[in-house]
Amino acid sequence: MTLEKFLTQAVSSWMSEEGPDSEIVLSTRIRLARNSKHYAFPTVFTEGEAKNVSAEVKKAMEHVEEPLELLQMNELKELQKRVLVEKHLISPNLAKNSTAAAVWLSEHENISIMVNEEDHLRIQCLYPGLQLKEALEKANQLDDVLEAQFDYAFDEKFGYLTTCPTNVGTGLRASVMMHLPGLMMTHQMNRIIPAIGQFGLVARGIYGEGSESLGNIFQISNQITLGKSEEDIVEDLLRVVHQIIAQEKAAREELVQTSGIRLEDRVFRSYGVLRYSRVIESKEAAKCLSDMRLGIDLGFIKDVPRTILNQLMILTQPGFLQQYAGGFLGPFDRDLRRASLIRERLEMDDSQYKGGTDL
Amino acid sequence: MLCQECQERPATLLFTKVVDGKKTEVHLCQVCAQDKGDTFLSNDASSFSFNNLLAGLLNISPVVQQAKQPQQTEHDQVRCDGCHLTFSQFLKLGKFGCSQCYESFRAQLPPILKRLHSGNKVHQGKVPARVGGTIHVKRKISELRLELKGLIEQEEFEQAATIRDQIRSLEKGMREQRGEHS
Repeated sequence: MTLEKFLTQAVSSWMSEEGPDSEIVLSTRIRLARNSKHYAFPTVFTEGEAKNVSAEVKKAMEHVEEPLELLQMNELKELQKRVLVEKHLISPNLAKNSTAAAVWLSEHENISIMVNEEDHLRIQCLYPGLQLKEALEKANQLDDVLEAQFDYAFDEKFGYLTTCPTNVGTGLRASVMMHLPGLMMTHQMNRIIPAIGQFGLVARGIYGEGSESLGNIFQISNQITLGKSEEDIVEDLLRVVHQIIAQEKAAREELVQTSGIRLEDRVFRSYGVLRYSRVIESKEAAKCLSDMRLGIDLGFIKDVPRTILNQLMILTQPGFLQQYAGGFLGPFDRDLRRASLIRERLEMDDSQYKGGTDL
Repeated sequence: MLCQECQERPATLLFTKVVDGKKTEVHLCQVCAQDKGDTFLSNDASSFSFNNLLAGLLNISPVVQQAKQPQQTEHDQVRCDGCHLTFSQFLKLGKFGCSQCYESFRAQLPPILKRLHSGNKVHQGKVPARVGGTIHVKRKISELRLELKGLIEQEEFEQAATIRDQIRSLEKGMREQRGEHS
């Protein structure tokens, strides 16, 4: 299979689009947790109950306008599940549960509704760039349609009842994925992360372990789900994200002014590694991809599209590499594959940019 | 949320550790994160569980809990009518078994929820149209009452009267609805 064809199948189409503020915000996700009042939660439910939940969901789904495809976890191969996890379409938790666990996916993969994960229902909407309100509206629409058919567990005082007490109330998790190389390079993240916490929000690194973020990618999301309306939760997150965007922009400007040539050198070194290396580890790939993306944003690199970071971030993960290779790969083979996939992906743009002028 | 390590400062950092596909999350404050950051990363994954967190939120560390037997049995006695999960089992799991758990543990929950959600105890967000029942009307009435109070203070009596009538008709509607159901 050619890379181009693989890409059209592998990368969710929403990921190849640019959204508002996509210079710094890669994507937005809204998740609503819902449960049926008739059945025990997935923590303790019986297989029979699990099946009843998925049958009821199936019935309710008939009223959803968008065509959604049903994928049963026990019918998928391990590698297929891993790819879905890497695309953030399902959680690792869902991939492990096979008791009537399933996911409903929209064609563009911007809607994913998980069944029998930690909660009976997890409605997820994914959007490129910063589109919290749009994503919340979409999730609310889906929620309303499902609620008309499905008896939600709801309490006047506690709100939507969820399996985990950290989600009770709105059941809402709003999160924004941000690329923050400027704030990392100027060592401001250690100051910003604790400040974020005071607003009931939490920041976590995406690549790597702990607070260290190898690809300079952070996910900012709400921690509090009880006692605040959905709109307020999103509004507060939005305000903080806008401030972080402003600070990231200021940091980048400062970097260009104070260490312009060094920064340019760093960008092009990384670009060189991505273009020509033959073996590349995921850590190094994450670092170089972040540098290259910064170079694109700052105008040092002109002939590579911005969305390449979103794409390659996912494509260079083990599951995808193995799917592309068509089978299991050991760690060294993955590093080989990763390097060649990145090279091919960059070359694809060369031909696109040259051939694209006649459009 | 309080830091899981010192139980004093608010947690601002979330450590996520994945070992063999098993995810462990630790909430820490900046100070503890700097002190312990490295050890957390190399520690055994099982050393921090949601149990520690929830138990910590109740100010009962697992050790103290063992020492204070009466409290333990008290927690064992509270049991969900629906799925038969005991309150101690809930603490251990960090998860509810069914929607009725919330009803059965209603008395025990507020302090936990308060700590998890920065002091909030009552839902303020969306209300489902069908299952929500009269909550929509109740919220509308309390909004109107606030408005009414404001109008009276400003001596806008004509407008206040209209609002008062609106409240009355909403309340009447609710009474009738209740009458039908009973």
